[in-house]
Amino acid sequence: MARIEAEVGKPQGGFVKWIDDRFPMTATLKYHVTEYYASKNFNWRYIFGVLAFVVLVIQLLTGIFLTMNYKPAAADAFASVEYIMRDVEWGWLIRYMHSTGASFFFVVVYLHMFRAMLYGSYKKPRELIWLIGMLIFFVLMAEGFAGYLLPWGQMSYWGAQVIISLFGAIPWVGEAIVEIIRGDYSISDITLNRFFALHVIVLPLALIGLVFVHIVALHEVGSNNPDGIDIKKNKDANGKPLDGVAFHPYHTSKDLVGIIVFLMIFSGVVFFAPDMGGMFLEHANFEPANLTATPEHIAPVWYYTPYYAILRAVPDKLWGFILFAMAVVLPVFLPWLDRCRVRSIRYRGWMYKTALSVFVVTFISLGWLGLQPATGTYVLLARIFSVLYFAFFLLMPFYTAMDKTKPVPDRVVYHA
Amino acid sequence: MTEDDLDRNRRHFLTVATLVTGAAGAGMVAIPFISSLKPSARAQALGAPVEVPLASMQPGEMVRVLWRGRLVFVLRRTEEMLARLPEIVDELRDPNSELVEQQPDYAANDTRSVKPEYLVVEGSCTHLGCAPIEDFDVRPAEGWEGGFFCPCHGSKFDLAGRVYKGVPAPSNLRVPPHRFVRDDLILIGQDTGAA
Repeated sequence: MARIEAEVGKPQGGFVKWIDDRFPMTATLKYHVTEYYASKNFNWRYIFGVLAFVVLVIQLLTGIFLTMNYKPAAADAFASVEYIMRDVEWGWLIRYMHSTGASFFFVVVYLHMFRAMLYGSYKKPRELIWLIGMLIFFVLMAEGFAGYLLPWGQMSYWGAQVIISLFGAIPWVGEAIVEIIRGDYSISDITLNRFFALHVIVLPLALIGLVFVHIVALHEVGSNNPDGIDIKKNKDANGKPLDGVAFHPYHTSKDLVGIIVFLMIFSGVVFFAPDMGGMFLEHANFEPANLTATPEHIAPVWYYTPYYAILRAVPDKLWGFILFAMAVVLPVFLPWLDRCRVRSIRYRGWMYKTALSVFVVTFISLGWLGLQPATGTYVLLARIFSVLYFAFFLLMPFYTAMDKTKPVPDRVVYHA
Repeated sequence: MTEDDLDRNRRHFLTVATLVTGAAGAGMVAIPFISSLKPSARAQALGAPVEVPLASMQPGEMVRVLWRGRLVFVLRRTEEMLARLPEIVDELRDPNSELVEQQPDYAANDTRSVKPEYLVVEGSCTHLGCAPIEDFDVRPAEGWEGGFFCPCHGSKFDLAGRVYKGVPAPSNLRVPPHRFVRDDLILIGQDTGAA
């Protein structure tokens, strides 16, 4: 009692201390920001994680404002998007930011994943970060797909028709699953309504939760680096990694430059090429959904086309679906398919370097083929590249184990 | 209470009983939520049969109607069209409608129809659900015998909705349940009751 009276009126460390006694604010900031040490030789390829977070914020913010004017009903959806574009003040800007943001989300995430493949960031002890990241990627694919139905244009309708029909290829339960997804005997007002719920509530919540655990898992084991070495092995007298610098202010100020460059490119697209010549907003989608006629040429948005090309390369409905699903899921197993002892491509041999180069060409080629009509030579090429796509993953345990590696340095190096 | 006083069997029983009851409860609660995702009563009611009058249809003419939001083609076939059906069976994957159940029993015949003249099929490609385009002109030079062509992935069907070999679509176009109410009136979506 006496002790408490003595403390009354004395400064106790102010507002921050008051909070810290009740919530670990300072400790959390230190752990995740000001005393989170990441390698000091990060190159520009390490910007894409931060950029993915920036795009997530753009999508959440613009998305919230779009829901204020959008109507999730078959009779009103197309008109309400036109209303946003023409009558709502700055509505066109908010909508173009959202539609451009969708494509940039995938640009940034694909590059983020490619960075992980370059430097072996999925390897032990970061397997769980990679798994959570793959979950984020799947949710993102579902989010993009659900969002694409909302404008209720021709491509929205027929694209959804094709993708939902895919699930009908599953033996026995396929048709029942399709009916549960649609909530009707065809894609209708009911389907649109539930895709809206998925797009604005279910999937964004899942996305935010997964991004949170992705970062928590990353900060538990520490960031990888272009040399793929463990910077925690060399610490100074205070226990700080000699090759690490604090996330804030060092990495944040460097990332700010990357964010500004990114926003310049992003704005360029939003203002000068929001449809990207039919790549980001497909031309057929400027017509309202017509249930009695399919557009002449149907293709998904570019970020799904590598997998779509694999689907079309298979002349059988069920096997097409199986290979399509495998193509999407296979990267999940990278941490265990890769048998190489070193992480970074800098110290790997010619086999992995060749395989990864072929894979990049394969992925881009499949993406391009998925946009072309499925005829003659295109189908043949799609089949060749599909084989290469699967070979990259399925042969990985062999070529990564046989590959000759170079000695890995103890400390990070600065060559590009 | 010490370690010796613990009745481990009793504790194990209670743990298992709680888990099983909880799981059963969660399973029960899941039923209404999952059921709410199925086609609602209104969706089912809107799926009511549709009537298609035939009186004004000319031979070779086709009409499109929507039943349950699905596209249905009603084609009045000409004599030449019907004559071509048996000629191309070698090019078809399932000419006798045997591989996959894609039609009611009363349409499991050579013309896949109740009356040979009138073809009733769903305008939904059995590959991935695009709407096939009708093209009834015969162009032997292109190897086209007249039928339906899917613009999405190039599947081809003949004038009885039978799928050709070597295309992505696995099965014939589906024949919806239907019946003739009168000689000049088809009811699509229902095949029972007094005719």
